[in-house]
Amino acid sequence: MPRPDDLRLDHVANLARLALTDEEKARFAAQLGDVLAYVQQLNEVDISGIEPTAHAFPVVNVWAEDVPEPGLPVEDALRNAPQKRDNMFVVPKVVE
Amino acid sequence: MSEELCYSTISELSGRLARGDLSAVELMQAVIARTRKVDGRVGAFNSFDEEDALGQARASDERRAKARASGADGRGRPLEGIPVGIKDVVAVAGQPLTASSRMLENYVSPYDATVARKLKEAGAICWGRLNLDEFAMGSSTENSAFRTTSNPWDLERVPGGSSGGSAAAVAAGEAVAALGSDTGGSIRQPAALCNVVGLKPTYGRVSRYGLIAFASSLDQIGPFARSVEDAASVLGAIAGHDPRDSTSVRMDVPDYAGGMAALAKSGRRWRLGIAKEYFGEGLDPEVGAAVQAAVDEYRGLGCEIREVSLPHTRYAIGAYYIIATAECSSNLARYDGVRYGRRSKDATDALDIYFKSRAEGFGPEVKRRIILGTYVLSSGYYDAYYLRAQKVRTLIRRDFLDAFAQVDAILTPTSPTPAFRKGEKAADPLAMYLSDIYTIGVNLAGLPGMSIPCGFTRGGLPIGLQAIGQPFRETELLAIAGAYEKRTDWRTRRPRL
Repeated sequence: MPRPDDLRLDHVANLARLALTDEEKARFAAQLGDVLAYVQQLNEVDISGIEPTAHAFPVVNVWAEDVPEPGLPVEDALRNAPQKRDNMFVVPKVVE
Repeated sequence: MSEELCYSTISELSGRLARGDLSAVELMQAVIARTRKVDGRVGAFNSFDEEDALGQARASDERRAKARASGADGRGRPLEGIPVGIKDVVAVAGQPLTASSRMLENYVSPYDATVARKLKEAGAICWGRLNLDEFAMGSSTENSAFRTTSNPWDLERVPGGSSGGSAAAVAAGEAVAALGSDTGGSIRQPAALCNVVGLKPTYGRVSRYGLIAFASSLDQIGPFARSVEDAASVLGAIAGHDPRDSTSVRMDVPDYAGGMAALAKSGRRWRLGIAKEYFGEGLDPEVGAAVQAAVDEYRGLGCEIREVSLPHTRYAIGAYYIIATAECSSNLARYDGVRYGRRSKDATDALDIYFKSRAEGFGPEVKRRIILGTYVLSSGYYDAYYLRAQKVRTLIRRDFLDAFAQVDAILTPTSPTPAFRKGEKAADPLAMYLSDIYTIGVNLAGLPGMSIPCGFTRGGLPIGLQAIGQPFRETELLAIAGAYEKRTDWRTRRPRL
C-alpha cells in the first residue's frame, strides 16, 4: 500500500473538481493522513485468491421492455435549475 | 393528553383510529403541538409544513370514512393516519430535499421516492424534513449545514448520526415513527443513543429510488419506531421490488408484524451468537454490562447462546472508509451546478462552475470524503486501496455467513459508547469514524441489523443492543428483538423535555 504522505491534495482536488483554500488543504492533509495511516492495517490481511465484493449480493443485468413511459415533465425537470431559458439549462459559453 | 398521544405506538394509535375515538387530524394536531413545544430545543427538523400535514391527515380521515361506509374494518392498514417523519435525503414530491447541505438548500423534490409513494399508499402522513449529517456523512448530526440536533435525553449531547433528526424526533414525541438511511450505522447508532428502535433492512429489501445516494452498494432505507412491532409495520409498507432500483430484489414481502407474532407464539428457541471481537478495547464498561445483561435475559428465555468468531471485524472500518468514500466521490460528481443545486455566482466559465459551486456548496466532511474517495480510485492507487478493500469486504462477509451456519442472529452493542458531548469528536474525523465500529460490518456484508433499547447509564443516557440477522430474514430478526423487548420496559421511558 502507498504511504499516507502520497496524498497530493492539489492533484486530487483537481480530479474532484473541488476548489480548496490553503487552510483546507493543510487541515485535510493532516486529517486524511491520519485516516490513511489507519487503513494501512488492511495490509495485514492475506487476500491472496480472494475475489473482490462490489455488492453484498450478486448484481446481474436487469432488462426492461423497451416501452415508452411518461417521463418527468420539462417544467418539473427545470424547476430546480440555477438558470434556464426556453426549456433549457443555461451555462456559460463552452465552445469558442 | 396530547403528550400521551405523541408517545403512543402505531399499534395503539391504529386501534384508536379504527375504533373512531381518535381522528388522523387530531393526532396530527397533537404531533404539531408537541413539535412546536420541543423542537426549539431538540432541533430535529430542518423544516415542516403544518398545512400540508393537516391536509394529508384530513384526506386520511376521508379515506377511512369512505372505507367504513363500504364496510371495511381498516385492518391491514396499520399506517393509515400515522405521521411518519422523513429524513431530509428521501424525496417527497413538492417538499424541500436538502440533505442538510448548502448545495441543495433551495431544492424542491419534483417526484416521490418509492418509499414515500408506498408510505402514502399505506395511508401514512409524510411529516416534515428531518435533520442529518450533510449527505448522511457523519455519526453525530453535527455535520449538518443548518442546525445541530440535540439528544432529547441530554441536550448538551449529540443524538448520533447521520439520521440524528429521525432518532431525536421519535424520542421526543415529534413523530410516531420516522424513516432514516443507513450506510454504516446511520439508523442503528442514533436509535441506540436516543432509546428508540432502529432497523436497517437487508441490502436490496427496500428500494433506494429517490434516496439521495451516498454509497450505493451500502445505502439502505429503514424505520425508526417506538417498538419492534411498529418497525415491522413500517418495514412492511416500504419493502419490495421496484423496477426503478435494479438492486432491489424480486422477493415477496412477508407480513413482518404477523410473522413475528406467529414466531413469538411458536416458542421457538433461538440460537444467538456472541462475538468476542465486539466486546474488546474501546467498549464503555456500562454499555458492555447492559449488553451482557440483555444476553443473560435471552438465556433466561431459553435461548441458546453460542460463541462465534468474526475475525476480520477489526478491518471493517478501514475497508468501509475506502469503499464508502470511493462511491461517494463518484455519486457526488453529479453536483456540478448545472442542472440543479447551488451554482456559484463568481464562476466565469463552465469548468469554474464546477470548482466554485462545489467549494461553496459542500461542507468540510463531505469535501474530505470526496478527496479521500477520489484519491483511492485514482490511477496508481486503485489496486492498493479500493481493490484491496473490496477483497477484505469479501472476508468480512464470509465471517458473518460462517457464523450464521451456527446461529440465527448475533448480538452486539450498537455503539461502543453512549451519546457523546457536542464538539467532542468534531475536530477528529478518525475518532468519529471509530464510533461506527460495531455497525459498519453489517453494511459491508449487506445484512439486516436492528438496534433496540437495552438500558441506561448511571448518568441517564440510553444504551442500544444490536441484533444482526441473516439476509432477508427480517421476520426472525424482529421476533428475536421482540422477545427481549417484551421482557423489559426500556422503550417506554421518556426523556424529560
